[in-house]
Amino acid sequence: MIRVEDIWRTYTMGDQELHALRDVSEEIADGEHIAIMGPSGSGKSTLLNILGCLDRPSRGSYQLDGREVATLEPDELSRIRLHRIGFIFQAFHLVPRLNALANVALPMVFDGIPPAERHERAARALDAVGLERWADHRPSELSGGQKQRVAIARATIMGPSVLLADEPTGNLDTHSGGQVLELLDELHQQGMTLIVVTHDPNVARRAGRVLVLHDGEVTRHVVGASVTDLATLFAQPEPGK
Amino acid sequence: MSWLEVLRFSGHALGQHRRRSLLSLLGVTIGIVAVISLTALGEGARRYVTDQFSSLGSGLLIVIPGRNETTGALPGIGGVPNDLTLDDARALERQLPEVVTMVPITAGSGSVSHLERSRQVLIIGSTSDFRRVRELQITRGRFLPTGEVSRGAPVVVLGRKIARELFDEQNPVGQPVRVGDWRMRVIGVLATRGTQMGVDMDEAVIVPVATGLRMMNRNSLMRIILQLRPQVDMEKAKRRVLAIMSERHDEEDITCLTQEAVLSSLSAILRTLTLVVAGIAGVSLTVAGIGIMNVMLVSVSERTAEVGLLKALGASGREILAIFLIEAVLLSTAGGVLGLAIGWLLIDLLVALYPALPASPPLWAVLAVFGVSFGTGTVFGVLPAWRASRLDPVAALAAR
Repeated sequence: MIRVEDIWRTYTMGDQELHALRDVSEEIADGEHIAIMGPSGSGKSTLLNILGCLDRPSRGSYQLDGREVATLEPDELSRIRLHRIGFIFQAFHLVPRLNALANVALPMVFDGIPPAERHERAARALDAVGLERWADHRPSELSGGQKQRVAIARATIMGPSVLLADEPTGNLDTHSGGQVLELLDELHQQGMTLIVVTHDPNVARRAGRVLVLHDGEVTRHVVGASVTDLATLFAQPEPGK
Repeated sequence: MSWLEVLRFSGHALGQHRRRSLLSLLGVTIGIVAVISLTALGEGARRYVTDQFSSLGSGLLIVIPGRNETTGALPGIGGVPNDLTLDDARALERQLPEVVTMVPITAGSGSVSHLERSRQVLIIGSTSDFRRVRELQITRGRFLPTGEVSRGAPVVVLGRKIARELFDEQNPVGQPVRVGDWRMRVIGVLATRGTQMGVDMDEAVIVPVATGLRMMNRNSLMRIILQLRPQVDMEKAKRRVLAIMSERHDEEDITCLTQEAVLSSLSAILRTLTLVVAGIAGVSLTVAGIGIMNVMLVSVSERTAEVGLLKALGASGREILAIFLIEAVLLSTAGGVLGLAIGWLLIDLLVALYPALPASPPLWAVLAVFGVSFGTGTVFGVLPAWRASRLDPVAALAAR
């Protein structure tokens, strides 16, 4: 259960205050599939980073599974990221010197899981994303789609309750993007809360709900299946939500 | 994340930049080589000197004219000490039953000539027992005659080099030479001995002590060496020497050293020297440390995105700090071990070339190498590692 209340994220640039998020309140139930949309600079990634405990709101409250996390220290946040949250990035962010297996196993290193168990669990996770034969390969030897599947295996290896994806198909062709989306749907069906930031209406359509951001504010809520194209989605802000 | 895991992770990361890692640890290597070889040299010198002294045998008392301590008197008032005469020497020998051998020594410089060849030499005046105390060998003829010390026969024993320079390959024994203004007869030639306690015996000539005093026109001996019976209380003997001399001179105006005291103070001086040299070499380790810091800073900025990722995956600031700190420590420690190996090799080479010098790095230096190289990595790794640990994950992830 995710509940944010009146959160602001403000950056100070010289003597100017920049509001990346303004007064955002939202509730996301366990197992929901949410898409966050909006023009560039509307605060989508900022919201995602706060939901993922990578960033803290300047003001407001954020409760994750009933625990207030907006005021936690950075090291406590890192524990929450380790156990509760899985990240998937547009640029994959695999460690180039580690092979696929070691990349998947990385989060378990921080949890102090012994090597033998790490190896076994990572191998199973690679198997689950259909890359068991690529375990020994380094990221440079993998295609974009394969890289993102390795990243998904890594994001889910600790059994998080929330999976956050920032433009997961942004760097992929339609085919491998499709495979990645299938994989994310599967994970959602297994009960994970899935929150995806995207520009792509085809990605947003798979979501149950779509949040539309404008200048740091959530301006619309729509049902995922109703998304047609960006122009209609962004062009008609509903007055008073 | 256990230390072993950090070590594995950091080691793996270093392996990606072999050349860069190698170059940065080379600085530490050079510093350690300098420390190791210089301390080994210093320690070798110390052992060389103390070996020389202990080869004289234990149970030696050395009597020197003049007080060695501050008396508190104003300069000029203390006065010139009384001469340490041959009579004093004989009195000590007579009155101290524990004395086995008494060797009076005087020394000065002068010329020695034969026909048209002349040379400036060190003239030592002593007795036949000088040979035993200094462990001298004779190649030709014989050493100074035994007998009454006050009898100054006009005879001389030449150092090996002096004999060769004056007589070429001829036998000098029985030949006349002129020492200063004195005509003397050569009775023997020393075997090559080399420098011993700062005196090159090959370039010295030895005459009977009474002859030496007369030639140099003095009454005072440079020193008296007393060889005591084994197992004699040195301190008690020393006090008795001082008592006898005080009575003879009406004041305490001599210094009595035990060989052990000389040895330990010399040894202390050389050890201090070694430490100073090691300290100077240690400065190069600071330079090496800065090199490592530089490489680590570059590494952190190159891997900013990786740091962001590790944080997103759940690594804490402390874990990030540990990863980069261990990388720096690994670098410097590897450099230290390499330096130790190269230093050891150098020392072995040196000892092979100069077997007389017992050079080997003292144990404390070897242990210090590990401490220092570990410390270098820690001290200079802290700043880059701290920077990495403080990176904002969102900004770090955006980097690349």
